[in-house]
Amino acid sequence: MPTNGINVENRATQNWGKPLLIGIALIYMAAILLVPAIAVFYEAFHRGFGPFLEAVGHREFQNAIRLTLITAAITVPLNLVFGLCAAWVIARNQFRGRTLLVSIIDLPFSISPVVVGLMLVLLYGRIGWLGPFLQSINFRVIFSLPGIVIATVIVSLPFVAREVIPVLEDMGPEQEEAARTLGAQDWQIFWRVILPHIRWGLLYGLLLTNARAMGEFGAVAVVSGNLAGRTQTLPIFVEHAYKNYQTQAAFGAAAILALLAVVTLILKEILERRTQHKRSSAH
Amino acid sequence: MLDKPQLESLPLAADSQARVGVSDQYAPQIVRPSRLSWPWVVTIAYLSIMLLIPMAAMITKSMTVEPAEFWRIATEPVALSAYDVTFVTSFLAAAVNGVMGTLVAWVLVRYEFPGRKIIDAVVDLPFALPTAVAGLVLATVYSQQGWIGQLFAPFGIQMAFSRMGVFIAMVFISFPFVVRTLQPVLQEQEQEIEEAAWSLGASPLQTFVRVILPPLVPPILTGVALGFSRAVGEYGSVILIASNVPFNDLIAPVLVFQRLEQYNFEGATVVGTVLLIASLVLLLLINALQRWGRRYAN
Amino acid sequence: MSIIVESVSKNFGEFQALDRVSLKVKDGGLVALLGPSGSGKSTLLRAISGLETVDSGKILINGQDTTNLDVRQRNIGFVFQHYALFKHLTVRQNVAFGLDIRKRPRGEVQQRVGDLLELVQLTGLGDRYPSQLSGGQRQRVALARALAVQPQVLLLDEPFGALDAKVRKELRAWLRRLHDEVHVTSVFVTHDQEEAMEVADEVVIMNHGRIEQVGTPEEIYDNPATAFVMSFIGPVNVLPGHLGLFKTLTTQETRNSNVFLRPQDIEILEQPHPEAIPAVVARIIHLGWEVQAELALPDEHNLTAHVSREQFKSLDLRVNQNVFIKSKFAKAFPEVEVFR
Repeated sequence: MPTNGINVENRATQNWGKPLLIGIALIYMAAILLVPAIAVFYEAFHRGFGPFLEAVGHREFQNAIRLTLITAAITVPLNLVFGLCAAWVIARNQFRGRTLLVSIIDLPFSISPVVVGLMLVLLYGRIGWLGPFLQSINFRVIFSLPGIVIATVIVSLPFVAREVIPVLEDMGPEQEEAARTLGAQDWQIFWRVILPHIRWGLLYGLLLTNARAMGEFGAVAVVSGNLAGRTQTLPIFVEHAYKNYQTQAAFGAAAILALLAVVTLILKEILERRTQHKRSSAH
Repeated sequence: MLDKPQLESLPLAADSQARVGVSDQYAPQIVRPSRLSWPWVVTIAYLSIMLLIPMAAMITKSMTVEPAEFWRIATEPVALSAYDVTFVTSFLAAAVNGVMGTLVAWVLVRYEFPGRKIIDAVVDLPFALPTAVAGLVLATVYSQQGWIGQLFAPFGIQMAFSRMGVFIAMVFISFPFVVRTLQPVLQEQEQEIEEAAWSLGASPLQTFVRVILPPLVPPILTGVALGFSRAVGEYGSVILIASNVPFNDLIAPVLVFQRLEQYNFEGATVVGTVLLIASLVLLLLINALQRWGRRYAN
Repeated sequence: MSIIVESVSKNFGEFQALDRVSLKVKDGGLVALLGPSGSGKSTLLRAISGLETVDSGKILINGQDTTNLDVRQRNIGFVFQHYALFKHLTVRQNVAFGLDIRKRPRGEVQQRVGDLLELVQLTGLGDRYPSQLSGGQRQRVALARALAVQPQVLLLDEPFGALDAKVRKELRAWLRRLHDEVHVTSVFVTHDQEEAMEVADEVVIMNHGRIEQVGTPEEIYDNPATAFVMSFIGPVNVLPGHLGLFKTLTTQETRNSNVFLRPQDIEILEQPHPEAIPAVVARIIHLGWEVQAELALPDEHNLTAHVSREQFKSLDLRVNQNVFIKSKFAKAFPEVEVFR
């Protein structure tokens, strides 16, 4: 409504300005996002489902899927517990170094995944701090599942905390205090007061954690050793197949991961509407 | 409960708790030093195991290298070339997204058009799509025979498997940052300030340059810095779209990886440390930019 | 500089915001546009400013037809409800904005900004950012910014709406004094009748996109033109006219009218009186400075009366006491509409 007040000259600017700007935005996003997104599915399925199913049927492929699922299944709960604790510590306490703590939690977003992998090699690897000890108890971290899980945990560590902190801060401590005055125990306060309030933010954080856990490449590539059928996650499989000119297999795996991304985006959209809906009805 | 034994093994955490309880009277909830709440324990222990100890392992490893030797490895021609490709290309990609991301955010916030909601959702694709998939499909689409690459091939422009490919991958993965940092600020900007400028006699151009744009500069720069930071560390998409040839399109993270594959731990650690320092500096820069942006907010 | 609005209409889709509104504001006047939300008062202000175009009618400022002029060319000062200060600019830069746009010489700008900051009592805060100011201070910056360009008219949209009660009261009195000093023709929008009465020379009461009445605060209070005006200016009792409760009114009024009387205008008597009717005290509420008595009339209608503490004491009012009531001032309006 207020735009009605714009004068004629301004309206003329808007007349060609709006479609031009929208056009530029759409062409740019098409070139870098949409066309590649469509190409994944085209490359995977343009010869029909046969080649795709054949690629998916390979044992190496299935092992990669299994390892990816196992990794996510361990990573997501770990980061859930950590994320909730860290969010509570930050949102409910004022202390010196609070900003520093937030920055430390954000570190994995800044550090290159390759450097994350390198750190793990220098800690758990043959020449690492814990290398001799791990060797003596015959426990492998690097080039094995624990390394893959730790690497994945690190790169997806900030998501839950980041999404939950603003919701908790927004909520304020009064409701918890009210529950305490009514005699609720800590765990009752968590289940009955905090969790219902933060659930959408929390789910959003879990969604992002899971997407990153299933899709991580750099950090896992460093610590996995890339042993086909044993330490290959799905993203590693994509690269490996591509480098070995098994394009069909590479795109088969890529299509599955892209589907994961599409589902993630759709769920994210749904969650955002939920939270926005909640926010507007709260006013 | 679980926290008793951990309490003893983590005196540091207990100390910090005590200080919180005593020193900050404005704390919304004062943590009693007598009872260490386990969220603190989990947070500090987890961060130590997952982040701080591995970082310490790398820093001590890099300190075992003689300073002169460190400097020699850090400034080898192949490393310098890798920094050049990494930082210059990342900067260009982040700058391009600074302009285009601003435009996209503007279009998404200010205009109503069919498909706006879908476009808005697609912005996050680079966050959701695994980088290996991004690299694979960008390499395909931008190759000489690819859907987009073939448009450029007749002009002798090779997109994939060159520095251009690195640039494209970095543009892809750093795209959402500017849009997502700018969008909320744009949404909150009141229409009234534009009307105020008009009522004081400002032209549309003056209104844009003097009233609308200045408050957007901090979020745009924050987004550019976030995108730059992400691009500098990127590995997955670049390794697939680049030819990874030293002195041509080899980026620093790939150099680290290649050295690890050759069991050149020293070389990997030195270049990795350079990258780590760069990301810490960028983190400080981003924090400063965010503080700057908050200065104008109420 | 006078403002003349001639038969202006404005629709937003189906909604008629202004319906053939005509209004004259004399040079140097301070006028309040008063009405409930959706009455069209803000739209009228925005139409005068040029922020809103009109569908039909004319707007003249200082005799010049400005109907098709852009807001930039009308040389008006506009103060926004939420101030609309430029957050990235200091107080001084905000006030100087319009002068910078007009490319005035630096010395003149500094001089004028200094004068204005003194006028709005913000000398010394020139280098602060808006986020470092209180609500009342921000409002004064917005006012100084609007005055800096020496506007022909000053337009204020709910200027005190976003402030807390105490600051609002202070700023009202201050705005009145400021106007007496600066004498710029001013129009302000408000939904608070007390504010309109206190500050303005002339009050324009609007409802449903139309002007109900224009007059000085006194005229409006003493002689409300419509039932809406009477019920909008403070609390009233509304009783059906056919009851014939008040003998002073029965001669002029029809059976279909409503009688409006203000709680302050009801006199409570202990003894019968030719113009009074009997009532029973149903409830007594102490409001501090006065006492509110709820009175039950014989036919199950209720009435609220306000009496001073002295009267209350001398009457020695108690619940269930039989009294007689008489109206000092009442008006009958033929409408049967229910307000608020």
